Amino acid sequence: MSTVESSPERATGTYPVKRGLAEMMKGGVIMDVVNPEQAKIAEDAGACAVMALERVPADIRRDGGVARMSDPEMIDGIQAAVSIPVMAKVRIGHFVEAQILEALGVDFIDESEVLTPADEAHHIDKYQFTIPFVCGATNLGEALRRISEGACMIRSKGEAGTGNIVEAVRHLRSILGDIRKITQADSAELFEWAKRLQAPLSLVQEIAQTGALPVPLFCAGGIATPADAALAMQLGAEAVFVGSGIFKSDDPAPRAKAIVEATTHFRDAHILAKVSRGLGAPMTGIGMDDLTKFAERGW
Amino acid sequence: MLPDTASRSTPLVGVLALQGAFNAHQIALESCGAETRQVRVRADLDGLDALVMPGGESTTMSRLLTTSGLFDPIAERISDGLAVFGTCAGMILLAGDVLDGRPDQRSFAAIDIAVRRNGYGRQVDSFEADIEVASLDGPVHAVFIRAPKVVSCGPSVTVLAEHDGVPVVAKSGRMFVASFHPELTPDHRLHSLFLQEV
Repeated sequence: MSTVESSPERATGTYPVKRGLAEMMKGGVIMDVVNPEQAKIAEDAGACAVMALERVPADIRRDGGVARMSDPEMIDGIQAAVSIPVMAKVRIGHFVEAQILEALGVDFIDESEVLTPADEAHHIDKYQFTIPFVCGATNLGEALRRISEGACMIRSKGEAGTGNIVEAVRHLRSILGDIRKITQADSAELFEWAKRLQAPLSLVQEIAQTGALPVPLFCAGGIATPADAALAMQLGAEAVFVGSGIFKSDDPAPRAKAIVEATTHFRDAHILAKVSRGLGAPMTGIGMDDLTKFAERGW
Repeated sequence: MLPDTASRSTPLVGVLALQGAFNAHQIALESCGAETRQVRVRADLDGLDALVMPGGESTTMSRLLTTSGLFDPIAERISDGLAVFGTCAGMILLAGDVLDGRPDQRSFAAIDIAVRRNGYGRQVDSFEADIEVASLDGPVHAVFIRAPKVVSCGPSVTVLAEHDGVPVVAKSGRMFVASFHPELTPDHRLHSLFLQEV
């Protein structure tokens, strides 16, 4: 397990150093890739990072079975192919998979509900690691519990692999709506908020002061078009993850570029109209009925 | 009519907002008394007294500088004497020579330094450290995130701070660069130092 190394000259793995990388990804697009060729397409398109995994969520959903951390050899290949940050996923609670990713020098770990959970009660103690973690959340309580465990970035869970933005919108509205309400609460009401959210009072009090999560809030789960990315950004997300939406579409490279531009120019409808043209078919997508909801994994 | 630059009491500083830590720079600049504006398209450059290029992913910003049509107008404003502060990826965008960049990566070549992208290594090697900056009393606490490493400086460049013998803050003419992130710490003396130039 890693440690926070400290000397008068230099300290690695500290919270500001970990949270700092999350800050650098704001306004960007993090793309799921399953091989070095896709990673290069993502980097060419202007991705601010790639998420290395063996199967995109749409395929995990289709194949069923247990989804685990990717093969280190595959992650090595992607690290060698690109110079932008490389993220990778571990199962919820699987701290040994996280130790392995840290040993590989991955830049960011996603403790992800898209993989099959390894622990039904505990998430990873993320303070034990030199590299930063991102975790999914469906509501503010979940987000604050993950932050209290050391997560440096929160993303909506959305519903990965569906190409359907509706769940991500629900999660962003829930998280940001409750933050807006907390900023209006008086000091006595904050105790009740902490109890209701099952979250540390200190974090609830901090939000009442700042009106924002203490770490960046990104959107993930179901983004398939430039308009989806801009919707997430206008709702208040600070960057977007795109999983199956790029490499399950007809023509990934132009779609990837268009989503990068839409995320930057998210309030400019003329630019959004321009970049949305002629991209071919997006991933087909699926409705929410009769679906195994990945978002219900995690506690 | 907009007031002209000379009559405005507070400087208007643009923050390149294509991708990265632009919000944090705005907060730092505003706490130093500047007005700020996010810059995403050409019209956002009108009337700026200075520009900040933030940290983030330099290859992403390089691509978006081209697609947004901002690259050439910014290059023109720089040659007309616009003051620019580049941090981390922003320093890469201003550097004369970028090592380990993408082949299509563009930079403004506005300061005669050569930098190596991710020169300090991956995120596991990112670090924080105290550095001494010329003309500032007391150390500045610097946060380095997958930082670029300065490998050489031309004669026109003044090095204002070093870490382990490597330049980490430098200036040349109206260009001001740092390989770390002064926007991530509450100490805004480097932003103030830049605004004095403006």
